[in-house]
Amino acid sequence: MTYLAKPRLHHPSLVPNELGFTRRDYEGSVSTLCAGCGHDSISAAIIQACYELDLPPHRVAKLSGIGCSSKTPDYFLGASHGFNTVHGRMPSVLTGANLANRELIYLGVSGDGDSASIGFGQFAHAVRRGVNMTYIVENNGVYGLTKGQFSATSDKGSKSKKGVVNHDSAIDLVSVALQLGATFVARSFSGDKAQLVPLIKAALSHKGAAFIDTVSPCVQFNNHSGSTKSYDYVREHNESVNRLDVVSPRDPIHVDYAPGTTVQVTQHDGSVLSLHKLSAHYDPTDRIAAMSYLAQRQAAGEIVTGLLYVDPEANDLHEALETVDTPLNQLADQALIPGSGVLAKLNATLR
Amino acid sequence: MSGPLTLTNDFVVKFANVNGSGSASANAMFAKSVLRMGVPVAARNIFPSNIQGLPTWYEVRVTGAGHLGRRGGVDMMVAMNPQTWDKDLAEIEPGGYLFYDSTKPLPASKFRPDITVVGVPLTAMCNTRYSVPRERQLFKNTIYVGALAALLGIEIAVIEQLLAEQFAGKDRLIKANVEALHMGRDYVLENHGPLGLQVRRADGVGDRIYVEGNMAAGLGAVYGGATVCAWYPITPSTSLAEAFTEFCQEYRTDPETGKARYAIVQAEDEIASIGMVVGAGWNGARAFTATSGPGVSLMTEFIGLSYFAEIPAVIFDVQRGGPSTGMPTRTQQADLLGAAYASHGDTKHPMLLPQDPGECFEFGALAFDLADRLQTTIFVMLDLDIGMNEWLTEPFKWDDSRKLDRGKVMTHDELEAGREFGRYLEVDGDGIPYRTYPGVHPNKGAYFTRGTSRNPYARYSEEGSVYVDNVQRLLRKFDTAAQIVPGPVRRDAKKATRTGVIYFGSTTPAMHEALELLEAQGQHVDAMRVRAFPFSAEVYDFIAAHDRVFVVEQNRDAQLRTLIVNEGDVDPAKLIPVLHYDGTPITARFIVKEMAGLLGGAAPSPARKTVPEAAE
Repeated sequence: MTYLAKPRLHHPSLVPNELGFTRRDYEGSVSTLCAGCGHDSISAAIIQACYELDLPPHRVAKLSGIGCSSKTPDYFLGASHGFNTVHGRMPSVLTGANLANRELIYLGVSGDGDSASIGFGQFAHAVRRGVNMTYIVENNGVYGLTKGQFSATSDKGSKSKKGVVNHDSAIDLVSVALQLGATFVARSFSGDKAQLVPLIKAALSHKGAAFIDTVSPCVQFNNHSGSTKSYDYVREHNESVNRLDVVSPRDPIHVDYAPGTTVQVTQHDGSVLSLHKLSAHYDPTDRIAAMSYLAQRQAAGEIVTGLLYVDPEANDLHEALETVDTPLNQLADQALIPGSGVLAKLNATLR
Repeated sequence: MSGPLTLTNDFVVKFANVNGSGSASANAMFAKSVLRMGVPVAARNIFPSNIQGLPTWYEVRVTGAGHLGRRGGVDMMVAMNPQTWDKDLAEIEPGGYLFYDSTKPLPASKFRPDITVVGVPLTAMCNTRYSVPRERQLFKNTIYVGALAALLGIEIAVIEQLLAEQFAGKDRLIKANVEALHMGRDYVLENHGPLGLQVRRADGVGDRIYVEGNMAAGLGAVYGGATVCAWYPITPSTSLAEAFTEFCQEYRTDPETGKARYAIVQAEDEIASIGMVVGAGWNGARAFTATSGPGVSLMTEFIGLSYFAEIPAVIFDVQRGGPSTGMPTRTQQADLLGAAYASHGDTKHPMLLPQDPGECFEFGALAFDLADRLQTTIFVMLDLDIGMNEWLTEPFKWDDSRKLDRGKVMTHDELEAGREFGRYLEVDGDGIPYRTYPGVHPNKGAYFTRGTSRNPYARYSEEGSVYVDNVQRLLRKFDTAAQIVPGPVRRDAKKATRTGVIYFGSTTPAMHEALELLEAQGQHVDAMRVRAFPFSAEVYDFIAAHDRVFVVEQNRDAQLRTLIVNEGDVDPAKLIPVLHYDGTPITARFIVKEMAGLLGGAAPSPARKTVPEAAE
């Protein structure tokens, strides 16, 4: 909770980034989540990604819904404006905020209850509108704050801590995002920071609706045998399709991997996504192939992770609406009010 | 009744049509032709929730005296719908007139002996002249307008001019319509004389304009500086968002780049609509949604967030008959309580109550200043009668020296200069804290917005005293609201009286007419029109200064009266409800009948009385 502010003392060995900020400058308040919670690892990954991208923290707006995951924006980017909205409705609030000022970076953090149950509709519509955002679902398959009920991403046949077997089909948010036209779709695991940090960096650099489903075990209510969202289960069934390096426009690209095993994708902002293929034939720019591959591996009981799809030429909602370059919240009165002369002319047509 | 009615510039014509037959534009042209002759009209659509096939009516009150409320009663019925023939005929006042399509002979039993019947073989005329079925249908409407013009003394040149304006640039259409117009006119001149109902050129309209409230409110949002509109289609509010869209395309397109200085999103539902509005408001853009009662019901969780987290938002609620799906194409003022106290917990929200399209424009713009100033949701409460009917109203005006009031927003330079910032900190004694826009400063002014309780510096707190201080400040803010929302308008009786009446919104023209009628009967009543909630002290002073006060409104549960009793701790026995809620606009006749019965000397009764089913 915010009343527990972290001490501002910096260790002298902390290395500043291009903006002169250290990693500590991207932190927030002390987390109040359970020790070992996967969500805290995701917060740490967000901090690391923003630090490495040299983002000015105050140019990020972080928004969330309600739930354990939605509490986390308090625990990173303390210098950013944050908004803990209402349950399942972060996507609409983020959409409105984005319309008001297209220049900020929008980071939406949500959970599986927040996005797959109560907010499934809003998740879907924000994705299909192409809102320029990074949308992270911290997916643990369970309601933590209310103590252990199944969520809509719980796999059919998985067992709750109390031994109840889930009889409903699971919603796979990654498949849904692909189907609805998200232009950046990834899945990762809170326990794999090496994979997660570059994915967040790539998503933040992406112009369009970027979605990352992050399996994030709940140590309290969903980390037992019989769960398909436990640390052990995910480690055993993780099938990573690629390893990603995000190369910012100003850095030289150098590739360590053997020739023919990497794919390079240049995004709108000039950043290069250098993807090391782990699965020989996986092409992350082919949406239909991605959907098909996901369905096949899922049937085989695997959890596919990595950058699953990216459209480097993506457009966002502002382009669709053809809004002016100046953020709408900065337009001056004279750009907004047509004035009395216009009214006089209009009145004349209404008689 | 002796003989046919003889009335000049004071009668009601009602058109009974079939939905989707193209009658709407012909009927509107009829009303406008009377206006162009300088005679005020009050015209209302009475339509079903349907696109094609069901009965629809259009009622035109020709009112030289300028009474813009619905009068009640019909002096002339233009009966174009066989489905509703019997009911339509029964509505005609004794001595009134019936206009009908006489192509197919009807037995005498289908008519009334006490009315004048004017038959014009419209279908036969169309079938002779036109071969395309759609033309036969559409020109029939124009033909009856021509016939009515001849019967009622409307100058044909006025209608020809209206046709020329409507079809500007399409000469072929103008010519065809003028021909149809004359077909109707010529038939009447050959076969019938002018009727006892006559329109005579006058000078009663002045520079007033004729416009729908939804269009005016949409224009108000443009002038109020709204840049984000998120909405979900719902009758009767849809045309408000559509008007905003059209005005923005015309007035808010950057002339150099052709790009939009606005963003309009048709959301997936009303929850997403208000979510987007709240997100945009949080981020410093002026944002609104337009909806009706069912939409407000869905929005309530967000409205509570807006209240507690103090985020500006504007909601235009174009009220319709409720509850539930209710009567979606009928009018009521029945969302007052739902809007005023929308959401869970202790919440209340300012409402603006426009009386006509002129105020829809004025309040539509003002709502955005108030939302920014008060950092909360502002409701603008239209209803179907104002929103979807064209009303004669004062021309739109704008003072070019007026600046948008963005409220208390702390800037980068103020933060840089070291000014203390606490998002929920009381600084000026008016209950309104300062806010910052996201991204304003690298290391000052950021805060975490939440619906949970927090201290003045936006840090999470569940301390009882911190919570109480915060919600008490919100009450002080509501007191500030009472001082800055539009105050009530008084209209005192010519003689001193201990009786008053309070009313609002679309009831206004019927109320004013009723006051004149009561005065003619020797009944003097002081009147007060409330224009906003919370109520200012003047409202309670007015009640205190009278022995009894009627509260006239268009809902079943006396919602305005409830708000007054509740917020002002007013003795309910003093406030006598006069309630009209059958879905039709209230009439002066209804108000006079209700009030006159109670003014007869009977003591005011606190008990809720039964309201007889409203006539027509």
